[in-house]
Amino acid sequence: MVFKKNVEDLTVIRNLRLNQRHFLLELQSEQPFSLLLPGQFVQALVKDSPSTFLRRPFSIHSVDIPNKRFRLLIQIKGQGTRHLSLLKEGDKLNLIYPLGNSFSIPTTKDVLLVGGGCGVAPLLFLAQFLNQQKIRPVILLGFRSQEETFEIEEYSKYGTVFITTDDGTAGEKGLVVDHSLLQKEKLDFRKIYCCGPDAMMKSIARIARWHKIDCEVSLENTMACGFGVCLCCITPTDKGNERVCMEGPVFNTKRLKW
Amino acid sequence: MMRDLSVDIAGLTFRNPVTTASGTFGYGEEFLDFLDPGQLGAIFVKAVTAKNRDGNAYPRMAETTGGMLNSVGLQNKGVDHFCREIYPKVKKFDTYIIVNVSGSTVEEYVEVAEQINELEKVPAIELNISCPNVKLGGMAFGTVPAMATEVTAAVRKVYKKVLMVKLSPNVTHITDIAKAVVEGGADVITLINTLLGMAIDAERRRPVLSTITGGLSGPAIKPVALRMVWQVHKAVAVPVIGLGGIMNATDAIEFILAGASAIQVGTANFIDPQASIKIVEGIREYLERHKIASIKELVGALRTE
Repeated sequence: MVFKKNVEDLTVIRNLRLNQRHFLLELQSEQPFSLLLPGQFVQALVKDSPSTFLRRPFSIHSVDIPNKRFRLLIQIKGQGTRHLSLLKEGDKLNLIYPLGNSFSIPTTKDVLLVGGGCGVAPLLFLAQFLNQQKIRPVILLGFRSQEETFEIEEYSKYGTVFITTDDGTAGEKGLVVDHSLLQKEKLDFRKIYCCGPDAMMKSIARIARWHKIDCEVSLENTMACGFGVCLCCITPTDKGNERVCMEGPVFNTKRLKW
Repeated sequence: MMRDLSVDIAGLTFRNPVTTASGTFGYGEEFLDFLDPGQLGAIFVKAVTAKNRDGNAYPRMAETTGGMLNSVGLQNKGVDHFCREIYPKVKKFDTYIIVNVSGSTVEEYVEVAEQINELEKVPAIELNISCPNVKLGGMAFGTVPAMATEVTAAVRKVYKKVLMVKLSPNVTHITDIAKAVVEGGADVITLINTLLGMAIDAERRRPVLSTITGGLSGPAIKPVALRMVWQVHKAVAVPVIGLGGIMNATDAIEFILAGASAIQVGTANFIDPQASIKIVEGIREYLERHKIASIKELVGALRTE
């Protein structure tokens, strides 16, 4: 499916700080968006931040189509994201969107979503979308600690949530790949969707392969443009080097050279 | 009063001096949601080589202060693919399509140029003798005057239309290279390509790019580009097309004053895909504000007395 890409100044409706490193931006569009799908992303322009030259890509975290609103979940990593964390209600944020492909619609109801750190961002939108397809997924989320968990209630509206923390202060202690859900001899899932750090996605892909479960991941390669011309964000696939921003960010792991 | 934005480049009349730099505009199609290519003077499409090239390994990009480094490595599907799949689409655009030609050997440049010569709607090629990304490629041609002359002359023999040559800034005397390509038969000089640079991740104690070094672009290189355009404009008689960190109309005017007959918008396309058409508007406003009838009056019009 091909979407018309917009360059638009959206209005910040809300900037909600979730914890020390994460915040939610709720944005209002003036024009009705054709369609947004889970897995798609935006390129945000960071104004007046001299050390931030390029736009910053963010997954769409959740949508409110009738009201022409959507949310971004952002982790403060450097100057650019720190600058965005200071946006106030009524400020404008220039975006190019929607960009990239989307997660596929599953052919099974036995679906697992796995997210780690900021990689949980597109999974809320995906869970909402799956609910519309009458699918209630199992959602496994990994955080550093209890203090860093957020929006568990929100995810719980759309699926059964399990969590892990590195220090064991909430849920099971350890990484998402170590969670007891994934340690059974035979897993209960026929489809896994995953987003997070590369090492995590590779581990999940390995588990999926072992159990012969179809698995899709959303990659976060660094990029300059986001709409297919700089060729900086490539990943090797069965069709050669493909652009994460155009042919991705969502790839079936059997196509990746992992 | 109507302001005349058109410029003449070796017999081609561009409707305005604003074009887009190779490697930052794809084959134009990727921009159709953002602008009408018919509003631009010309578009320079992504580098074409004789055979398919996969390019370099990821990571290929590092953001730097006021710019970015890249080491894409001329990823493209080769000249046959371009002629068969891309050309039928781009030839419909209502602007000049100029193909950037790259290669690792003189024979490869010649081979590609011969094939592009057959494409009716492509009035010019831009010879990339400078790409610093490919280990076996361009670098050497653009840094040694004799080799720059040799490759230009070899292509000149087979290419019958407007021959542009894009210079590398990674040299001691840019004017020596400029004279060398004019001697080889270049009709137009474009400059500058990216400056060779490097980025390091101190925490990991590793280079950011898979290739260690890469090409620097963006406003960080603008002063270097302006200086080189100025020097080359004074040194040779052929038209110069300037690029290097142009983000807005003021930047574009600066290049024109330094001696560029036209300009290319490059890295700015990544940040604002509509940058090029905004620059066209900005130039029109500048002419209006300064009551200048034609942009041609500004080419090389820098006052140095």
